[in-house]
Formats: sequence, structure tokens, C-alpha cells
Amino acid sequence: MATPVTHAVEIRNLHKHFGKLEVLRGIDFAVDPGQVVCVIGPSGSGKSTLLRCVNLLERPTSGRVILEGVELTDPDVDIDAARRRVGMVFQQFNLFPHMTVLQNVMISQRRVLKRNRAEAERIARENLEKVGVATKCDVYPGQLSGGQQQRVAIARALAMNPALMLFDEPTSALDPELVGDVLAVMRKLAEEGMTMLVVTHEMAFARDVADRVVFMDGGVIVEDGPAAQVIGAPEHERTRGFLRRVLDPTHTGE
Amino acid sequence: MTDPSKTAESSGPAGTPLRRAGLSPRKKQRISRIVQYVLLVAVVVFLLARIEWGSLAANFAKPEVAAETWPEVFTVALKNTIIYSVGGFVFAFLLGLLFALMRLSSVAPYRWIAIAYIEIFRGLPALLIFLLILFLPLALPGFEVPGGTYGQGILGLTVVGSAYMAETLRAGLQAVPRGQTEAARSLGMSHARSMITIVIPQAVRIVIPPTTNQFVSLLKDSSLVLFLGVTGDYVELTKFGNDLASTHANATPILVVGVTYLLVTIPLGYLASRLEKRQGKGR
Repeated sequence: MATPVTHAVEIRNLHKHFGKLEVLRGIDFAVDPGQVVCVIGPSGSGKSTLLRCVNLLERPTSGRVILEGVELTDPDVDIDAARRRVGMVFQQFNLFPHMTVLQNVMISQRRVLKRNRAEAERIARENLEKVGVATKCDVYPGQLSGGQQQRVAIARALAMNPALMLFDEPTSALDPELVGDVLAVMRKLAEEGMTMLVVTHEMAFARDVADRVVFMDGGVIVEDGPAAQVIGAPEHERTRGFLRRVLDPTHTGE
Repeated sequence: MTDPSKTAESSGPAGTPLRRAGLSPRKKQRISRIVQYVLLVAVVVFLLARIEWGSLAANFAKPEVAAETWPEVFTVALKNTIIYSVGGFVFAFLLGLLFALMRLSSVAPYRWIAIAYIEIFRGLPALLIFLLILFLPLALPGFEVPGGTYGQGILGLTVVGSAYMAETLRAGLQAVPRGQTEAARSLGMSHARSMITIVIPQAVRIVIPPTTNQFVSLLKDSSLVLFLGVTGDYVELTKFGNDLASTHANATPILVVGVTYLLVTIPLGYLASRLEKRQGKGR
């Protein structure tokens, strides 16, 4: 057993029920600092729920989530403090529509981290520059394309200096021609050493960028290993079947 | 039936000849229009002949009496109507927001209190509430509504408006997508902070058109201040018109007051529908 502090996030025997439906049935895994882990699997396999359990947007039914040595599933933990260390990017972007792009990136720096205006604005502009939407500071999210909105959402999360970034199908709501811009930003983040846990259907991204790929099906981890192995030479039949359907969707005959 | 060459003209089932004995739809429509015009003209002619225009004008639109209302109809009456309704609206909004948040609280007794308040005051006639306020000092000896007459009027309108406002704001709060709260919480904001910074501002934007209509309705309900027995500097439009009408035994002041209400309510109504349209386009 590795010492707990070496993991960025560690998940032990995690279960999640929605009423009678058991979505997660005992998940054990860990992400180390600097690692990029992609979670793949068919829809309904529990991968988004797993990601949302990491920052407790979903409260696990049982099991433990340990972030940088702090147990988030402890009922007395300061969950708001813990969430500051975890950035999250949503499928639907979830930018605040009543604020400009700059305000979106500044608001939690100001209200949560209590940074002064000048510092918050400097950090916001730096991050918007980094994701390539620096020219859109003063427009409202509704005026941006999906790809631009998602990159602003990434900048908003980065402005909090998170130790871990969660991506919940960040390109699934985008028009195909806009996917590349968002993936390029994520790839750059990965190269800079950000710890990332990514739920995605972008197999090429998973293969090229991820240190590890986790394949989930039916609420359990079926296969967990280096990207080349899980995507290139999967051991399990369920993984092979899934990859066949995803990589070659026009030949779905069993 | 589905033969496109027939559908334009044919009115019967397939197979009947296109040129039939009956009237074509176009002709039927024309006859119907002519009948409507004839009816309209008949009613107008009847009214013109039967109404005694001289007496009507003398009673409802007498220039001398209308002149009497000037300038107090604006400087006192309209001003007071606006004080009562804006005051009532502001407090109704704040109280409504409080009850909307209580209605959505995770603490069950808060929900019960909010539901009880909303159900009671939405179900009572506004006039009854004003009469209750009138008797408040009797029920609570030594109690006086702060702000005197203005305070009483504003309290009445607050109670009348807040129950509706609570339901409108609750709908607005629930219309803000869940993802907004999730994004705020994932950035480390507390529940209270994400409500104040993210959810409530969006909810308020969502409910601006319906609350504009509620303001119009409060403005009209402010006429019930009449029943508080206000006098002198505190009279609002309806009381003002009623008093002058009694003095002159002439309805002209009521007409003047009516037009004054419309000067405010019609533009507000347009504003509300424009805001609604703009909101429909945005987002």
C-alpha cells in the first residue's frame, strides 16, 4: 500500500445508489499528482457519477474519497475548502450567463479566495489568454460559441489554482469542428503537469494524452492500465466490444 | 382528398364535382364579414341615437370640474399612489423572496410556515386585508404601524403582494438550471454564497416580466387605501377622485383619475411584454 499522501485523489470501495439503482458498485482507484487519467465506457456505466463523487457533487452511498490526504467523505470536512482544490469542467459548460467572461473567471477568486480586484483580474486575464479567448473578456457567455464557452469554463476553474482538474465529457456538447480547440487546451494543460481526471468519448485524446485509461462498465472498473494497453490491446472482452463499437461505429454487427 | 389539385377548391369529400351548387369558402367568408360590419354599424347607430350626449358630457367630462383637479391630481394623488405602490412592491418583493427561500428550505417547519402564509394571503380578498389592518390597533393595544398612514397603506399592499411574489420568485429560483449551482459549488462557494451570487440574480432576471405585471396589479390595489380613511396629504388617486366627485356631484374627477391610472399602467404593460419578448430571445 502506498502512503495516502502521495495520491492526488484516492477512492476506496465507492458505492452510489440512486434509489434502487446501483450506479457504482465498489470502485477502487487512485490518481497520482501529475497524472492524466481518462475514464471511458458506455453511457450509463457510472463514469460521470464517479467523477461527480470526487468533488462530492454526488454524495457517495458508501466508501471513501480522499483528496490530498483529506477524507472528503468525512461528514465534518469543510467541503467548500476541499472543492477549491478541485476544478471541474462540465459537459454543458455552466458559465454564469448574467456575468461577462471576465466576471465569470473573477467571481470565485473574489468571493471565495478573497483576492483583490487587481490580482483577480490579472489572474483571470492570464488564464483566458492561456485558453485562447483573451479577446472575449467583456462579452457575455451567450455570445460565444460552445468551444469558446468551454475554454472560458476551463479558465474559470484554473483561476482557482486547483491541484486536480475534473472534466465531465467536456467535448460532448460541442459541434464537431470545435472539439479540437478544447482538446488542444486540455492537452497543453496535461503537458504542463496538471493532474487530470477526464471522462471522455474522445479515444484519440485518451490514447495520445492519458497516462492511464480506465474502462468502466456496469458500475465497476473493468480494466485500468496504460493507454496503449487498454485502448491498443484490451484484455477484457467487454473493453474490446466497447472499443469496436466506438472506433468503428458503422460496423456494429456483433 | 390528398390530390393537391382539388384541395384548394373542393369542400366536399373526394369525388364530388369541383363546381357545385353551394357557396365557395371565399364567398362564405365575405358574407360573414358583411354581417359583422352591419351589426357593428347597427349598434353604433343605436347608441348614438339613445344616449343623451349632453348629459353624459356634463357628468363625465366637464372641463370646469376637470380643471379643478389640476395640479393636485399629479402632485398629490398620483404621487401618493406611487408611494404606496412602490413601497408595497419593494417590501412585497423582499418578503416574497424570504418566503420563496423558506418554501425551498431543507428545514421542514420553514416550508410549512411559507406554505401557510402563501396559501392564506393568496386566498384572501385584498380589501379584507386592508380592513384587518384598520383593526390592528384594536387587536394589539399600543401597536402602531410604523410610518403612519403611508406605513399602513404600504403594509397592506406588502401583505397582498408578497404571497404572489413568493410563488413567482419560487418559480424563478427553480427555473435556474441545476448546473449553475453545481458550477458555483465546484468553485468552492458555500450554499449561501452560490444562492446570493449566482442563483438569485438569475432568478430575479427571469421573474422581471411577471413582476412588472404584479406591480401594475399592486398599483390598482393601492386604490383600497381609500378604506383606511386617509385624508389630506395622504390621498391617492381613487380617494382623490371620489372626494372631488362628491364635492361637485359630478363624475368628471373619476374619469380624470382613470386616465391618470392608464398613463402609468399601459406603458408598464407594454414594458412587461417587451421584456418578455427580449427574454424569449436571449439565453
